[in-house]
Amino acid sequence: MNLPLTGETAIWLAILFGMIFGFLLHRGGVTNYNVIVNQFRFKDFTVLKIMFTAIVVGGVGVLALKQGGWAQFHIKPANMLGVTLGAALFGVGMVLYGYCPGTGLAAVATGSLHALVGLAGMLVGGVLYALSYSWVEAHIQKIGALGKLRLPEVTGLPDWAWLALLAGVAAVVFWLLETRLRPQTREQ
Amino acid sequence: MLPMNEPSPTSQTGNPCSPPEAAEKRARWSPYVVGAGLGVLSWVVFAVVNQPLGISTALSSASSVCALPVMGAEAVAKNAYWTKHALKLDYGMLFLAGTFLGSLASVLASRSFRLEKSPAVWRDRFGASTAGRWAAAFAGGVIVMYGARMAVGCTSGHGISGSLQLALSSWVFFLTMFASGVVAAWLVFRRPGRGAH
Repeated sequence: MNLPLTGETAIWLAILFGMIFGFLLHRGGVTNYNVIVNQFRFKDFTVLKIMFTAIVVGGVGVLALKQGGWAQFHIKPANMLGVTLGAALFGVGMVLYGYCPGTGLAAVATGSLHALVGLAGMLVGGVLYALSYSWVEAHIQKIGALGKLRLPEVTGLPDWAWLALLAGVAAVVFWLLETRLRPQTREQ
Repeated sequence: MLPMNEPSPTSQTGNPCSPPEAAEKRARWSPYVVGAGLGVLSWVVFAVVNQPLGISTALSSASSVCALPVMGAEAVAKNAYWTKHALKLDYGMLFLAGTFLGSLASVLASRSFRLEKSPAVWRDRFGASTAGRWAAAFAGGVIVMYGARMAVGCTSGHGISGSLQLALSSWVFFLTMFASGVVAAWLVFRRPGRGAH
């Protein structure tokens, strides 16, 4: 079997991979509005635990695959103004909606009617972006456009050092969360 | 029969939660197991189909369907964004379908399906009004998607997939999004709730 798969096979595998993704989101509890919003209020650290574990585990494996010639990186361009403004909006939207695009979609399947209302909002947001796309490209995305940079190139620290650092930080934070700071889950 | 959560002022403090709500909590796996699962899923997806994880690109292509009746087919076809990200039954679109179906499978297997008009944390702060919650969810959805497109990625594409590749843009996204969310959550929830008394 030659990897990566392309064409029809790859397209239909998307359903399987998406299902694993959606299944894991629900089992992780992040299809629940309260869990996500309480992360931003530091009352529930489920989101942080899931994301940091995924980054460290995923990072080590994808780096190994890349170095073995089994995978390619897919780096998004560092358009500093666009990504900063976009992320700032995203944080506000995520608190009001209570979901991000992926968890919102998965939450609709759990019966969350307000997630469905917000999904309609996301489609409208997509329309608004498409309408303003040319303007944003011309006036925002070109400012601070540094290209497809990675942290190792920016800092001079090699990949493995970054991953070791992230793993170390995650281990200390998780240990503190599990032993010293019992999260308040009262409001879930 | 579908269980429905009936918002009542006292429902959140001390009362036992509804059977599907309890089932949802029982069905949860350790967040470390779920995170590791997402990490391993990334290995497989990168190696097998040479794709990163992502949601918002496909969702923004899907939005062109909503624009069709308002803008007309010609205007949609001419739009620079939808020319670049045209709606088609591609990998990204089927990944969206899979995400929905996978969550549904987990919900059904754990018997935790529950129609929720407004979540507990929101009701504790703003009371039982469904209209208020839906207005906020809609506005939040608009903002979250606009932000995701401007940043060229969301919590999946940047937060997990980009961060694990140590992309500069993704770490800027992750840290800025989190800081912005913390400030927003403080502004929205800092005052004592109406539902809590």
